[in-house]
Amino acid sequence: MAKLTAAIVGPGNIGTDLMYKLLRSEVIEPRWMIGVDPSSEGLKLAAAKGLESTHEGVDWLLKQDELPDLIFEATSAYVHREYAPRYEEAGIRAIDLTPAAVGPAVIPPVNGQEHVAKMNVNMITCGGQATIPMVAAVSRAATVSYAEIVASVSSVSAGPGTRANIDEFTRTTSNGVTEIGGAAEGKAIIILNPAEPPMIMRDTIFCAVPPDADRDAIVQSIVAMEKAVQEYVPGYRLLQEPQIDDPSPATRWQTKVSIFVEVEGAGDYLPPYSGNLDIMTAAATQVGENIARSILSESSEA
Amino acid sequence: MTDINALDRTWSGTHGDDPWGTLDLRLTDTCLRDGSHHKRHQFTAQECHDIVEALDGSGVPVIEVTHGDGLGGSSFNYGFSKTWEQELIRIAAETAKRAKIAFLMLPGVGTKDDIRAAQDNGGQICRIATHCTEADVSIQHFGLARELGLETVGFLMMSHTQPPEVLAKQARIMVDAGCQCVYVVDSAGALIMEQTADRVSAVVAEIGDVADVGFHGHENLGLGVANTVIAARAGATQIDGSVRRFGAGAGNTPLEAFVGVCDKLGWVTGIDFLQIVDASEDVIKPAMPEECQLDRMTLMMGYAGVYSSFLKHAGNAADRYGVSGAKILLEAGRRKLIGGQEDQLIDIALMLKADQEKEAANS
Repeated sequence: MAKLTAAIVGPGNIGTDLMYKLLRSEVIEPRWMIGVDPSSEGLKLAAAKGLESTHEGVDWLLKQDELPDLIFEATSAYVHREYAPRYEEAGIRAIDLTPAAVGPAVIPPVNGQEHVAKMNVNMITCGGQATIPMVAAVSRAATVSYAEIVASVSSVSAGPGTRANIDEFTRTTSNGVTEIGGAAEGKAIIILNPAEPPMIMRDTIFCAVPPDADRDAIVQSIVAMEKAVQEYVPGYRLLQEPQIDDPSPATRWQTKVSIFVEVEGAGDYLPPYSGNLDIMTAAATQVGENIARSILSESSEA
Repeated sequence: MTDINALDRTWSGTHGDDPWGTLDLRLTDTCLRDGSHHKRHQFTAQECHDIVEALDGSGVPVIEVTHGDGLGGSSFNYGFSKTWEQELIRIAAETAKRAKIAFLMLPGVGTKDDIRAAQDNGGQICRIATHCTEADVSIQHFGLARELGLETVGFLMMSHTQPPEVLAKQARIMVDAGCQCVYVVDSAGALIMEQTADRVSAVVAEIGDVADVGFHGHENLGLGVANTVIAARAGATQIDGSVRRFGAGAGNTPLEAFVGVCDKLGWVTGIDFLQIVDASEDVIKPAMPEECQLDRMTLMMGYAGVYSSFLKHAGNAADRYGVSGAKILLEAGRRKLIGGQEDQLIDIALMLKADQEKEAANS
């Protein structure tokens, strides 16, 4: 099968992990790794894997005779906001792994096919990828007036981009909780835990639903969503049965649904505790492949 | 004869021009922030007004007011506020005649927008807290706070978990970002005397020429006042306490007791001992759901090094699932949970319940 070419911009933890996944893709060929720091470990690894690697940044890439079909952006929200218009001008589709939110947000098992024709799509955040599917799972069974997510990740797996832009993480994630998760109101909390050995990513999702909501339907929907996410992140699992608390003053008189998940990574670049990287790069790979298949099928029909 | 109680570093030594520049130590009362945990975040507007009025009238120079988990803390995970924290900050700022109103924020929970709103409501001191190895998540917030003209304080939470040299490096990150005073924060009430002094000394050595150093204690091993005295001797010039210990876990360093100790030692705090003691009996006590106690649960927190605000949440989970609250706290210590991970206490309770059921089935 023909493949589309791709450049990864940002050879940090996310970009490097993504490279390993794209190297296994049947429809995408990662051809370039773009950085700005000549001493970057990710650039060296990419060169060793046969990617054309440069520390001269996106300006270098956009000057080449051959341009990529797809760009996966793994830098920071600020960088992506600056470069997104130039990618579009050059006719390159962008899959944005920063919280810049230039294009519409995509969560594969919720709206994976919706935006395949867009020039720019956003992957929200690692915490969003891990939790919004569950908010959506509750939303399809009951009206969610408020949803709150708590993402705990190991300190070592949170790179400088995440640390410098933690507000963007909480803002972009809570927007995703409402816009894609379907909650009327949303909130996101992130915790970086330095414990050694590093903790596996854990996420808790709290949803407020009406007192008369169908509890069995909610639980069934959650379990079905666990399976849907496992299709692209095998290490995604419910830690406990979903917990349902009766309305009380502490729940603001709503029924409270609590969902506890753990995300164990595939260990492509950083070790398996970095489920936060894995769910982000696995989701971006899915979304990129959906876009690639849609483009390839159009060109084969033409 | 040299005075054995003389302090090497004083607040007046570096803040002579400040209206409060005669103080040896500048005290912050945190009843209305750390006490929010003990109160399960149910402060009323009236209680906030009355407490601020009493503290301000006693000469407390700084009063901290926020949800226990900082700006934006009102949530399922930490407990919903009865009164919106921005409203409490506004009431406090309107009530205080002399005291400055401080507010707390934790990057990852609150955002820059919350800081702006707190300033609009009259907050003057922005206190930014991170786990004591994660100071770099606060850089953007310190930058904004200074840009807005706010006074800044950095909180290195769970300081007992790291050696002095690590804390010193983290303090440097905060100061480089715009922080004017770094606190060694004994969130678990687990530090013991010399461990406090060593940490404060290391931070003073690293940043003392350009910034203040502070200490925030808890009572989970009964050492709040003792740790605070030794912290002041080691160079901390900003000190936290809560009248009547009104704070998380077994509570904070009792502010009125520390004021009395300072009087005895000749350290100027600007706070009238008799007035603050009256405030404790007449205003603070009636606002407390119960006294802060040194009991099985809170001792366990100091002993296992557990974040003090886990207390009420561990109690809730223990009641809900019929397991031991003390065991929940011990497991939280074993898992090295940090501030903010209250959600994991439910997971621990469910695990303990499953273990109990397995044992019952086997016996």
